[in-house]
Amino acid sequence: MGTFLDSLSFPARVRKDIGEVFLKKDKEPVFITCKSCNRRALKRDWQENFYVCPVCGNYRPIGAYYRLSLILDKGTFRELNEDMTAKDPMGFPEYKDKLKGQMQKTGLPEAAVTATGKIGGHKVVCAVLDSRFFMGSMSSTVGEKVTRAIEYATEKKLPLIIFSASGGARMQEGIYSLMQMAKTAAAIEEFNAAGGLYISFLTHPTTGGVTASFASLGDITLAEPGALIGFAGPRVIEQTIHKKLPKGFQRSEYLEAHGFVDRIVPRSEMRDTLLQLIELHA
Amino acid sequence: MIQKVLTKIDKLDAKISSLEQRAIGATKALVKESLKAPDVLRDTREDYEAWSESEDELDKLKDMRDHFLSECENLTPDEKVFLARHPKRPHIDDFIGGLFTDFFEQKGDHLFDEDKSIYGGIARFHGIPVTVVGHMKGHTMEENMEYNFGMPCPEGYRKALRIMNQAEKFGRPIITFIDTPGAYPGLEAEEHGQGEAIAMNLAKMSQYHVPVISVVTGEGNSGGALAIGVANKVLMLENAVYSILSPEGFASILWKDAERHKEACKLMKLTADDLYEAGVADEIVKEPVGGAQRNYGEVFKNLDRVLYSTLKELMTLSPSGCKRQRLEKYRKIG
Repeated sequence: MGTFLDSLSFPARVRKDIGEVFLKKDKEPVFITCKSCNRRALKRDWQENFYVCPVCGNYRPIGAYYRLSLILDKGTFRELNEDMTAKDPMGFPEYKDKLKGQMQKTGLPEAAVTATGKIGGHKVVCAVLDSRFFMGSMSSTVGEKVTRAIEYATEKKLPLIIFSASGGARMQEGIYSLMQMAKTAAAIEEFNAAGGLYISFLTHPTTGGVTASFASLGDITLAEPGALIGFAGPRVIEQTIHKKLPKGFQRSEYLEAHGFVDRIVPRSEMRDTLLQLIELHA
Repeated sequence: MIQKVLTKIDKLDAKISSLEQRAIGATKALVKESLKAPDVLRDTREDYEAWSESEDELDKLKDMRDHFLSECENLTPDEKVFLARHPKRPHIDDFIGGLFTDFFEQKGDHLFDEDKSIYGGIARFHGIPVTVVGHMKGHTMEENMEYNFGMPCPEGYRKALRIMNQAEKFGRPIITFIDTPGAYPGLEAEEHGQGEAIAMNLAKMSQYHVPVISVVTGEGNSGGALAIGVANKVLMLENAVYSILSPEGFASILWKDAERHKEACKLMKLTADDLYEAGVADEIVKEPVGGAQRNYGEVFKNLDRVLYSTLKELMTLSPSGCKRQRLEKYRKIG
């Protein structure tokens, strides 16, 4: 597993994100409170535990660059289409301002980061959705970046790893957002036809249009423990069927039990598992 | 509001048609009775004359109807949503009856279940064998319960995929009819992989070598619509709508208030004109003024013409050219 020091081989603007996760830089706290158990633990302990709560084991969402720093070999990270930013194809009221706010808050230009790098010396293509930016929702730019990453992997005959984390479609982009489902799914199918290995890694939360497109089309499907994964949101389902949903419904473990996930992979085993799979297909 | 206008038009339609029926009846009787005794003839003639007086009334009623119909000419997006969801609007079974011959229904996903919210099979269109598949909605509450209001479960999408894969195997063009509030948000639907089922359809449809034409006939909402809509050409009926989500769902996500759905309609750009501009819809099919439910025959005639010319055009492409054209259509968006 990569360490914080390894991450120093990342470019400066990427480094800002690493190790900071959800924290603002100006007030560097010593403690972080877990959103699940409400207990505090030392930030250092959180870091050593890859932002899994040292007390209760709850998974804290992590940023895209930080996740890449955990899996890629030192000095191999190279971002693809890093300058592509969100557009406003429908001229939706207040959307431009909201985007600006999200960019300032997260330092990201969009909800997807795509890159090439090496895992254990094997070159791979990665796309990572970042749930901090507009809930990782699928905008036309997210769809375009993911599609370009898939096409790059197809062209260079490289294994493809996509980490999904998405609230679903980007409402403000309407039909353009919807059509990204067809675009990305078609790109995956072209990648399949060329014989490439696609590992789909589902993280909290993977829902809506992302679940119903590239996230569900992996040769191998992995999931982080306790992640919410589904098409319709739990609230909508409860309102529709007028019943309370069973405990653990739409969580990784539930999906594994119902036949949609190959393995649940703890964050600490993420890199080794990916490496094993890549070597099995090398 | 269009709803009230349409009710008035419906009432006028009923009055006009009953008057016209009486006129036809009276004319017929007149001819028939003229062969009989003169006194009977006189009675019938009085009937006919009585009706003639009401001819003025008929003209007046028709003028009124024209006036109300003119109010249906420039509809707002939310009025179009109302028409798109009109219970009397033609549904897939009506279209199959009106445009196709020799229909053979195919049921079930042959894996787990038969989902009646998806309807389809093999038929002939202008003599050409095609696969036709789409969302099924009912005209009454009972029918809608049976078809789950046109909201498929994964089994429905897998059924659609099964019969579309056969079309690819046998080289039949595929024509899909889209009319759904969305994929069914239910417990079993999730357990059985709603997301996977939709994703698989998108992936496989992108690869077909046969022409795929989708017709949005009513409301096309979310991935539940797109799951049978990855097509070479997308046709939309004039008052059909196609969007990321239902306006109610959209308002509820954006403003936490489903009641603001009319406001949502204005922003969503979901009408046929909007979709044409976005490059998603390729052709718009005219409807009778006041909506498709007013005259099925006219809708069938208009759709038949556009569908036939679109199919003819696509059938000139080579199999790989057909696949490429479809991939390029979606690759360009966004």
